[in-house]
Amino acid sequence: MAESVPVNLPAATNEYERTRVPDSALKGPSSFWGMYAGEHTAGTEFMLGPLFIAWGASALDVILGLLLGNLLAVLTWRYLTAPIATDLRTTLYYKLEKICGRKLVALYNVANGILFCFLAGAMVTVSATAVGVPFPGVRMPTFTDILPTGLAWCIVVVVLGALQTLVAVRGYSFVARISHLAAPWMFLVFVACGLTALPKLASLEPSQIWTGVALGGKPGIGFVGIMLFAWLCNAAMHLGMSDMSIFRYARKPTYGWAASAGMLLGHYVAWICASLLFALEVQRHGESASNAPGPMVFAAVGWAGLICVVIAGWTTANPTIYRAGLAFQGVWPRMSRSTGTLIAGTLATVAGLFPAFAMRLLDFVGIYGTVLAPVGAIIVVDHYYARRFGLVQNWAEQTHATFNIAALLAWLLPIAAFFWLYLRHDIFPSYLTVPVWLTCGLLYILFGRTLLRRPVATSP
Amino acid sequence: MKIPRVLALAALLLTVLPAALFAAGYVEDHVMKVTMLVGTVLWFTAAPQWLRGGND
Repeated sequence: MAESVPVNLPAATNEYERTRVPDSALKGPSSFWGMYAGEHTAGTEFMLGPLFIAWGASALDVILGLLLGNLLAVLTWRYLTAPIATDLRTTLYYKLEKICGRKLVALYNVANGILFCFLAGAMVTVSATAVGVPFPGVRMPTFTDILPTGLAWCIVVVVLGALQTLVAVRGYSFVARISHLAAPWMFLVFVACGLTALPKLASLEPSQIWTGVALGGKPGIGFVGIMLFAWLCNAAMHLGMSDMSIFRYARKPTYGWAASAGMLLGHYVAWICASLLFALEVQRHGESASNAPGPMVFAAVGWAGLICVVIAGWTTANPTIYRAGLAFQGVWPRMSRSTGTLIAGTLATVAGLFPAFAMRLLDFVGIYGTVLAPVGAIIVVDHYYARRFGLVQNWAEQTHATFNIAALLAWLLPIAAFFWLYLRHDIFPSYLTVPVWLTCGLLYILFGRTLLRRPVATSP
Repeated sequence: MKIPRVLALAALLLTVLPAALFAAGYVEDHVMKVTMLVGTVLWFTAAPQWLRGGND
């Protein structure tokens, strides 16, 4: 899971926002392989690996579930996102505007911006656990912590959040460069963490590491849950078509295979290494084990690890704050980008004070994907099935409308059902991502046929 | 750009090799941690020059 900058395509991704990418601007495969490898080894990985242990996954669940889930994610990028992106060669936002109209895209931007802020907040929390290590007065959050752990914690988070916001206000090119530079080193620190945990573990028996017993009476997660999470933690990017903005530069849809670099290194090796670190904590401290990445990584590999946690959290939070600022600016165009970024950074910092967002990252990432991915179903229907089902392709563009009610209902109704099931029945969000996505697509066909007016035919 | 490249690759080696040696029982905990820190500093010193050279 990552929300970082496409570092190898920084200038290009900000170009051709309202035009088709010309052939002269297309890029070779190495840009994509490098970008995905770097983007998916990020601050979130430090939190997600331990959560599998906390949620009582067994060794087989983790090893096979992650393998199958990551494979499904790569296949989704390869056979769904990349073909549409290389056919259309436009951004998600521009395509959505053509289908849904400017006003509905603004609504999508609000949802996107708010979710980005919470994700950035979780990453501020991750960085704060590292910055707080040298200060004994900072009480590190544990799984059960929802509220701030004390004044010292609040001060560290606020200072860190303010710094990250100020850097984001100045633009993210500096952080993008650091992110690009740190990626190979960061991955090796993850591997080092896993290696150093091995001799310290009481037993190397996989069933003693991933015991299958959830901590603190948490709901358990099994093979299906892990597989679905690995597949859908980036649902907003592949099923939700957000990565159209990246693959529109690909010469061929086969470049979609590049996602496998990120899945193998970040979502397999790095998650398992982070898991091993937390397994050690659990073997030593039992139920009271803390998964705060800073102290865990510091104990494992020292100062290099602390630097890694700060950079990993920072390079994930920073572009996320920046993107959230852009999303807010998209809604209120008169607002400057700096103001949008300041609002986003403030929201992220406030969210970072509450460890709940980081400690329930599995849930949050599932919600994030389930809320944003369905718009991808609308794009798939519009691209592949519009003519077959008698829909008007690019309806808003054809009818000069600014608001597509069929798309709004198709998006919101399944999401409302999802939140009802999640809040009332505590269903793991990733279980519902695909049903919500499919329902959205089907509803768009239904509402598109019944609620949308046809464009006025012009005389020849 | 040969020297920065060699240094950067050495830095990556210094980042992961001490952990492997620690896991195998060949080096002590503090030696591993100090070596990794040296690798980290070396990486952030040499890699920017190496990568900048590669882009030229």
